[in-house]
Amino acid sequence: MKERLETLRAEALRELEAAADAAQLDELRVRILGKKGALTEILRGMGALSAEERPVIGQVANEVRGAIETVIEEKRLAFQQAETARRLQAETIDVTLPGIAPAGGAIHPLTKVVEEIEDVFVGMGYTVAEGPEVETDYYNFEALNLPKHHPARDMQDSFYITDEILMRTQTSPVQIRTMKAMNGQTPVKIICPGKVYRRDDDDATHSFQFNQIEGLVIDKNIRMSDLKGTLLQFVRQIFGPQTQIRLRPSFFPFTEPSAEVDVTCVQCGGSGCRMCKQSGWLEILGCGMVHPRVLEMGGYDPREVSGFAFGMGVERIALLKYGIDDIRHFYTNDLRFLGQFARI
Amino acid sequence: MNVSYQWLKEYIALDGLSPEELAEKLTRGGIEVDGAQPRGGALELVTVGFVKAKRKHPDADKLNVCTVDVGGPEELQIVCGAPNVDAGQLVPVAQVGAKLPGGLKIKRAKLRGVESLGMICSAKELGINDKLLPKEQQEGILVLPEGSEIGSPIAELLGLDDVVLELDLTPNRSDCLSLLGVAYELGALTGHPVRLPETAVHAASEQASERVAVGIAAQEACPHYAARYIKGVRVAPSPQWLQNRLIAAGVRPINNIVDITNYVLLEYGQPLHAFDADTVKGGRLDVRYAQPGERLTTLDGQARKLEAHMLVVADGERPVALAGVMGGADTEVTGGTVNIVLESACFDGAVVRRTSRELGLRSESSVRFEKQVDPARVIPALDRAASLMAELAGGLVADGIVQAGEPCIEPVTVQASLARINGLLGTTLSNLEVKTILGRLDFRYTLLEGDIYEVQVPSRRGDIALDVDVIEEIARLHGYDNIPTTPIEGATTPGGLSVAQRIRRALRQRMTGAGLHEAITYSFTSPARTALLPELAGDATPVRLAMPMSEERSVLRTGLVPGLLELAVYNRNRSAERVAVFEIGSVYLTDEATLTRQPQEKPRLAGLLTGARPAAWNAKPAAPDFYTAKGLVDAALELLGLADKAVYEPAAPQHMHPGRTAAVLLETERGRERVGYVGQLHPDEQRTHDLEDTYVFELELEPLCDAADFGIVYRQLPRYPSSRRDLAVVVDSGVAAGSLKASIAATAGAWLESVEVFDVYTGERLGAGKKSVALALVYRHPERTLTDEEIAELQERVVGELAHSFDAHLRA
Repeated sequence: MKERLETLRAEALRELEAAADAAQLDELRVRILGKKGALTEILRGMGALSAEERPVIGQVANEVRGAIETVIEEKRLAFQQAETARRLQAETIDVTLPGIAPAGGAIHPLTKVVEEIEDVFVGMGYTVAEGPEVETDYYNFEALNLPKHHPARDMQDSFYITDEILMRTQTSPVQIRTMKAMNGQTPVKIICPGKVYRRDDDDATHSFQFNQIEGLVIDKNIRMSDLKGTLLQFVRQIFGPQTQIRLRPSFFPFTEPSAEVDVTCVQCGGSGCRMCKQSGWLEILGCGMVHPRVLEMGGYDPREVSGFAFGMGVERIALLKYGIDDIRHFYTNDLRFLGQFARI
Repeated sequence: MNVSYQWLKEYIALDGLSPEELAEKLTRGGIEVDGAQPRGGALELVTVGFVKAKRKHPDADKLNVCTVDVGGPEELQIVCGAPNVDAGQLVPVAQVGAKLPGGLKIKRAKLRGVESLGMICSAKELGINDKLLPKEQQEGILVLPEGSEIGSPIAELLGLDDVVLELDLTPNRSDCLSLLGVAYELGALTGHPVRLPETAVHAASEQASERVAVGIAAQEACPHYAARYIKGVRVAPSPQWLQNRLIAAGVRPINNIVDITNYVLLEYGQPLHAFDADTVKGGRLDVRYAQPGERLTTLDGQARKLEAHMLVVADGERPVALAGVMGGADTEVTGGTVNIVLESACFDGAVVRRTSRELGLRSESSVRFEKQVDPARVIPALDRAASLMAELAGGLVADGIVQAGEPCIEPVTVQASLARINGLLGTTLSNLEVKTILGRLDFRYTLLEGDIYEVQVPSRRGDIALDVDVIEEIARLHGYDNIPTTPIEGATTPGGLSVAQRIRRALRQRMTGAGLHEAITYSFTSPARTALLPELAGDATPVRLAMPMSEERSVLRTGLVPGLLELAVYNRNRSAERVAVFEIGSVYLTDEATLTRQPQEKPRLAGLLTGARPAAWNAKPAAPDFYTAKGLVDAALELLGLADKAVYEPAAPQHMHPGRTAAVLLETERGRERVGYVGQLHPDEQRTHDLEDTYVFELELEPLCDAADFGIVYRQLPRYPSSRRDLAVVVDSGVAAGSLKASIAATAGAWLESVEVFDVYTGERLGAGKKSVALALVYRHPERTLTDEEIAELQERVVGELAHSFDAHLRA
């Protein structure tokens, strides 16, 4: 019996060695180790053995089984690895072909700039105020210290609808509306983004429709130095921490003192280039201390409170920030233009 | 205002500041200098030459060979092509080695075989704006006045070694519309005193009042009118230096009398007018409003019809000048004029402005009156001009000034305390610093108890009326750069966005996340374009601009889709395969034919999809359809927590595909409200715009914002399994899937968790006019597992109800 077992082992190992794939291996396993397999067949004769022989033969049988199982397992693993390798080979693709990105749209650059500026000021405790684009002459001009026939009205030719109703030429009427709504309460801290309209022939730097963002702060003891501090903080967040500001005396009917604000050129950092006409500075906004008459018309006592206001053109900031050469792009909505802003 | 650097030196020491440094100083002080334009420059080797002889060029008809004396040891032979060159003329000669303003370098040359040792120059070649020269000097070479010294530098003679500063004045600083004004400004910046011009009048014994009388019949429009009488003038060209200064300022020299009025206008900012006294009828001038039907031919040769609100100066018979705007042709000073009535007056700015605007006639005079002139300069300017007429035109000034009214000088005093100054600016200025600044401004003041400055504002500074005006003066002279930078003190405030603002931002993110670009289109559009809209707003009449720039941009938009359509066409014409855009913006609605109040501004969200998304290398191009567009509306509504409150109903608004358009309704407390539409553009419109299938939607944002649900409430995750049952029913193809869903939801009871359509099939096997709708119903009980029997019972109910309501039967 022992011999039969040894023979089985030798034969089995030879056959297993020759197995070509996982299926043959499986077939051999059944034939040799299965319930009706060769090993079982031999072991059926165990009953005829003597009590002394039985454990000896049993041990041999276990050894044979173990040896065969080990080989089967080794072969199985080898076949599996070969199979995996084949599969990986077959499934190999060209990873340099383009991925399929989900469609992504772009926020309009003007909106991007407005939201960025809004966020800066919201972080400084401002709320965002809005007002109508179709305004009354009173809010757009008179309440801003621009009575009818004031020479400064020449500065901004307007789109009138009737004698008293016009497209707002500035976001400043929102200042008056906010002041009146506040009913004399302080502090007021708002920024007002919005569309404005002026009669201008469109060219690379002019558009009859454009956007402004305006800020207004009213409280007790607001100083011009606070205005400078606020603007410096703002421009540094928008244009970078090295940015400097420079104020030049100017004139707006609704502020006194008034100033134009320059920032260090975004292109050359102040050393002088074509963009800043070699001056190192770019004019970006107008500002000043709220005119006492405007405070009065807004329902505040200029002896009790003071305030500052500032305003800037959104298109101008966007042109500078992104290096855009023509303001008309903002309103033409060429997809090749818009698509460039679909990223941070 | 153009200011000659050399001329300005007459009134104030410039300390060797270069024109560029001067420009920078003025600009930093608040008077913006747009440019510093050199005139001709020093023009070395360009001198006065005398043409001794002229002969024809032997080989060229149009050329002359001139012999020119330039004061050197040798005479020069110069070939000249100008037809007006002649022997006996004094001319500008650019000698060999000279460089002209245009960049031209003069070299020894041969012209058609004849040697030429220089060039005789035209005004233009010397850098003079020839439009400012008399006609006869614009053509050909410039002929210089007799008596010009041969060999002397031309730059000196013509005042070309000068720089013109171009001031861009803000409307409040009309005081700088004069050289003296600029000198005062510079005085404030540098601390130097201003030198006033000589105005001594040596009058004759004859009384002016015997020659002319003046009167004012419109006191509020002309508080002060003054005149002098000058007799025996010789009208001739002005001396060269005076012409040079006028040209530098951009004013064309005419004759000595007119030039003197312009010269003094530039010097003092006070407009003057000279009448030919012998053409003034009745020996008097009156300021009055025009009478209906009156006409006046102004100096520019235009016959003007006058209106009753226009102010004129009239003699005994007729208007002779448009007050403060322009004189009349009938009383113009001409070559034959001998006696002059010289006017200096104060006219009301608003009256002048209105007349000037209505007639489209702006002059150096009207510009200044509009912006207010210094009333204290009426008499000094008059005297200055009279003395110049005596000096330069040989006139005899009659004694006395005839005048009506009186100088309208109202003393302005402003009080500002040191504490107020520092409080508003955030500075720590001392009394000494404030006093120094006020002194430099030449403002008189008294220091009252409590460090209060009582400032007497000089009449030349009509822009200063309030304490803040004085504080601005102090601030700008102290230097805006010297104001510190501080953080705001006081209570902090919470900042933030409103609900509507947050929603607009969220919608933008959602739409761009879905692959749409954000567009911003114009608010102005054409009436034809506004008509291209489904009636979302009811029948709104678009608001029309009073004076549009073009018909294409003449009305306010009443919807956003037309603008998106315009940009779709634009982009398709530029080979964009797919246009997927949205816009958030306002439309303007009114029910008034003529506005008496502002229109309503309604924020909207609109979108447009057309063209297939370009094919990827492994996928087919995907064209949008109705459901792509509807999906975007769904996404917007879902974002706002309104998915359950939205209802779509078939709709057929104009310009839309009647079978592929839905109205979007919102369930509100007030019932169902229409908030928008989504659908395909009508094929006719698509054809008109040369577009493929185009899908659009437009939603009112206000009702959506009002209803938006910000409250996310967590629902516990289910603990018991759900059971899905699919159901395919055959119904008439007109039955809306939405109604089937609604019926199922109503019938299946509380344990129905969801019901979704997962397939719609039409085909021959079902028969014509039929479709099969496959629905997935998911049941779940919150507290136990449902039994098959329970579910079967519910399904039976659902099927029964569908059969009953829709004649639906289960698909075999």
